[in-house]
Amino acid sequence: MTLSEGSAGIPLLSVRKLTKHFGSFAACAGIDLDIGPGEIHALLGENGAGKSTLVKMLFGILDPTEGEIVWNGQPVTIRSPSEARRLGIGMVFQHFSLFEALTVAENIALSLDPKISLAKISDEAARLSKSYGLPLDPKAHVADLSVGERQRIEIVRALLQNPKLIILDEPTSVLTPQEADKLFDTLFQLKAEGRSVLYISHRLEEVQRICDRATVLRHGKVTGTCDPKLETPASLARMMVGSDVAGVDRDDDATLGDIQIEVSDLAVGARTPFAVSLKDVNLKVRAGEVLAVAGVAGNGQGELFDALSGEYPVSNNEAIRIRGKGVGRVGINGRRLLGAGFVPEERHGHAAVSGMPLSDNLLLARSQSDRRSFLAAGSLAVIRHAAVNTATQRICRNMDVRKSGEDPVAGSLSGGNLQKFIVGRELDRQPSVLVVNQPTWGVDAGAASRIRQALVDLARAGSAVVVISQDLDEIFEVATNIAVISEGRLSASYPAGQLSRERIGLLMGGIHDSTQAEASHAN
Amino acid sequence: MRIELQKRAQVSTLFSMLSPLLALVLTLFFGGIMFWMLGKDPLDALYSFFVEPLLEVWSLHELAIKAAPLILIAVGLSVCFRSNNWNIGAEGQFTIGAITGSILPVLYPEWHSPMILPLMLIMGMIGGGLYAGIPALLKTRFNTNEILTSLMLVYIAQLYLDWLTRGPWRDPQGYNFPQTKAFVPEAVLPEILDSGRAHLAIVFALVAAVVIWFMMRFMMKGFQVSVLGQSERAGRFAGFSARRMVWFSMLLSGAFAGLAGISEVSGSIGHLQPAISPGYGFTAIIVAFLGRLNPLGIIASGFVLALTYLGGEAAQLSIGISDKVSRVFQGLLLFFVLSCDTLIHYRIRLVRNQTAGGAHA
Repeated sequence: MTLSEGSAGIPLLSVRKLTKHFGSFAACAGIDLDIGPGEIHALLGENGAGKSTLVKMLFGILDPTEGEIVWNGQPVTIRSPSEARRLGIGMVFQHFSLFEALTVAENIALSLDPKISLAKISDEAARLSKSYGLPLDPKAHVADLSVGERQRIEIVRALLQNPKLIILDEPTSVLTPQEADKLFDTLFQLKAEGRSVLYISHRLEEVQRICDRATVLRHGKVTGTCDPKLETPASLARMMVGSDVAGVDRDDDATLGDIQIEVSDLAVGARTPFAVSLKDVNLKVRAGEVLAVAGVAGNGQGELFDALSGEYPVSNNEAIRIRGKGVGRVGINGRRLLGAGFVPEERHGHAAVSGMPLSDNLLLARSQSDRRSFLAAGSLAVIRHAAVNTATQRICRNMDVRKSGEDPVAGSLSGGNLQKFIVGRELDRQPSVLVVNQPTWGVDAGAASRIRQALVDLARAGSAVVVISQDLDEIFEVATNIAVISEGRLSASYPAGQLSRERIGLLMGGIHDSTQAEASHAN
Repeated sequence: MRIELQKRAQVSTLFSMLSPLLALVLTLFFGGIMFWMLGKDPLDALYSFFVEPLLEVWSLHELAIKAAPLILIAVGLSVCFRSNNWNIGAEGQFTIGAITGSILPVLYPEWHSPMILPLMLIMGMIGGGLYAGIPALLKTRFNTNEILTSLMLVYIAQLYLDWLTRGPWRDPQGYNFPQTKAFVPEAVLPEILDSGRAHLAIVFALVAAVVIWFMMRFMMKGFQVSVLGQSERAGRFAGFSARRMVWFSMLLSGAFAGLAGISEVSGSIGHLQPAISPGYGFTAIIVAFLGRLNPLGIIASGFVLALTYLGGEAAQLSIGISDKVSRVFQGLLLFFVLSCDTLIHYRIRLVRNQTAGGAHA
């Protein structure tokens, strides 16, 4: 790979053997990266590949463990974001840091020298936003602006520092296609002025369309540097997710039973500006089947879970059917009574209340489904603590939950042990449908394999299991069928044996059929 | 050398018991300093403030009279606060409860019936509950902040009472005093003992405390309150409705405040007048926190705060200082309770300044 070097012949930014350890875990392991002047450089990778860690080191938020950063030929140490800005590095984060009650100009002023007057900032912001095609009213209150407009504030804020390199973290994830097109025009203009852009994304089409070069990360290492225009989405995806074909060891003679959970033409609007709306989601899971929903974080997984669990019921009652009954408008406890169990992604404050003991956290999920054994005195609903405690101890034994004391508060357990308890709490009822979101997120390897085994066993015993996960290794370990969610749309589901990682990578990048992938080759 | 707060791995049970006591000791200490600065002997003053009222039977009755509304209101507020709903307007709900409870004896002064008292109490609870329903409605419909709305409604209630007692409800034979006709004997809350003035309100308060303690400790409803108070999202996962909890906790605390209001007017005053409360609704917030939001703890803290009211009156008579001193004591107490609570979650650590260059070796 040769560098597309700038006039001076040296890259603007050069990163050598950059490494960051968190404890024994290497988030970035010896990363090399060169960005030339006037280049739009893509940083590609799955969740957890190390993209965010890398840019945080470049922007002075994290200190590298090893390695060096060379800026304009000079080795530099970037200790803080303000130092990064002084060097000429600007950053636009995925999640904005704006005060909604303040105006655009006031928000911009907060990141600048306090001596500069607000009027001057307003003028400058108005001039910049006009010249880059990012229309923005400096006097508007942020609360009244769309997500796309809020992003413009962040971009203008970065541009006001006159940066030579602008880092954009997943900028189009919150934009409509039209807004994204406008953003690309702005990026081309920046490039024409000789500024460089580091563009973080997992959307292959975009990267091919606008980027001059791409560096692909996987598990904290660079797996390739290329000109994306010369690649196919398939080859990019292979670099992103690894080329090894799945080695799945499954019971292929297991016969599937009746449909236990069925979703037809589910559409849900976004509840908040950062939420994803679900569109035309269809899925069917039979008894004995594990359907894995793969996808990059933030593509509608949380929203899908909310709709399936009934925490946020949907308007069309027939869009979701559990064991043949329409439950779209039924709440979570009504669905539990039909035999469904749910495990949300977030352990603290969603699946469990950290400050409450395990027995209370058992009651949290099962007060209605186990009403007869856990509650007494009819409508007074007096809790039978003895029965709840017995069940708690049984679950801890079955799932090997390591805890201190008889009934410790949930917050005192390690992530893996708490997750075993939360999954065990549902398995203990032998649910006929289990929906799990990120079952082993942030869980140690021992607990993770125990949980995966439990999910496979549950399906073998005749339940339908839906596993929403970002972890492809996990998916290939447990899934009988795989579907991919991307921008709120769910692909058809394929038998796990017929899907390669490459194909999943394409589906995650929003490319749904293979002809499209090949067509892009011609570019 | 600097002082650092270090988060404890686990909540300290020792300090959650000790914190209210520590707060009391600190309050007494700084109260003593205040008396000293006012030119009084601190020990004498503290004695007449906090001990003398406990030595006579009549003043123990007064203590029960003052503790009753504090406990009753604070028990309701504890449910609100535990469910993360911040009803600051109990004073207003107390006032409206007093007004709606007084409708029968004021407008039908000729009606003598044993039915009148129960009806008054029920109407007082309904009035207080509905008044607390206004911030609940605003919160569930428009997402307004209940702290602000419930607080602002206090002043509306007080001005409304003022207008009623000076205007339409004023006793025509009352020599132009701003007050209603005296209630008929059937409309007066009976005394519980022959030895003094203490009336049924203290019984209501104790019963309410025990019932709510049972609910919070043993019933599903209490479990819902705690779950929704600690995490709304987990509550949703459990199938509990945060909106319904807003209504439940606000209506409950409003009804208790309303009952306290009509009990005070019927049992202690005997008619409506512009000023019916020395700030019971606000002081009850301190009572609730000093009692660790536990109804049984609230019984104890209710008596402690009632003592600050009595002590203020006593100190005014015996050592001639303003009864505003009791407000100062209440403020000190709340301040120290909240700051001592820090010790439940944090430990204090002294850190010596580390010298640079210690790494040569």
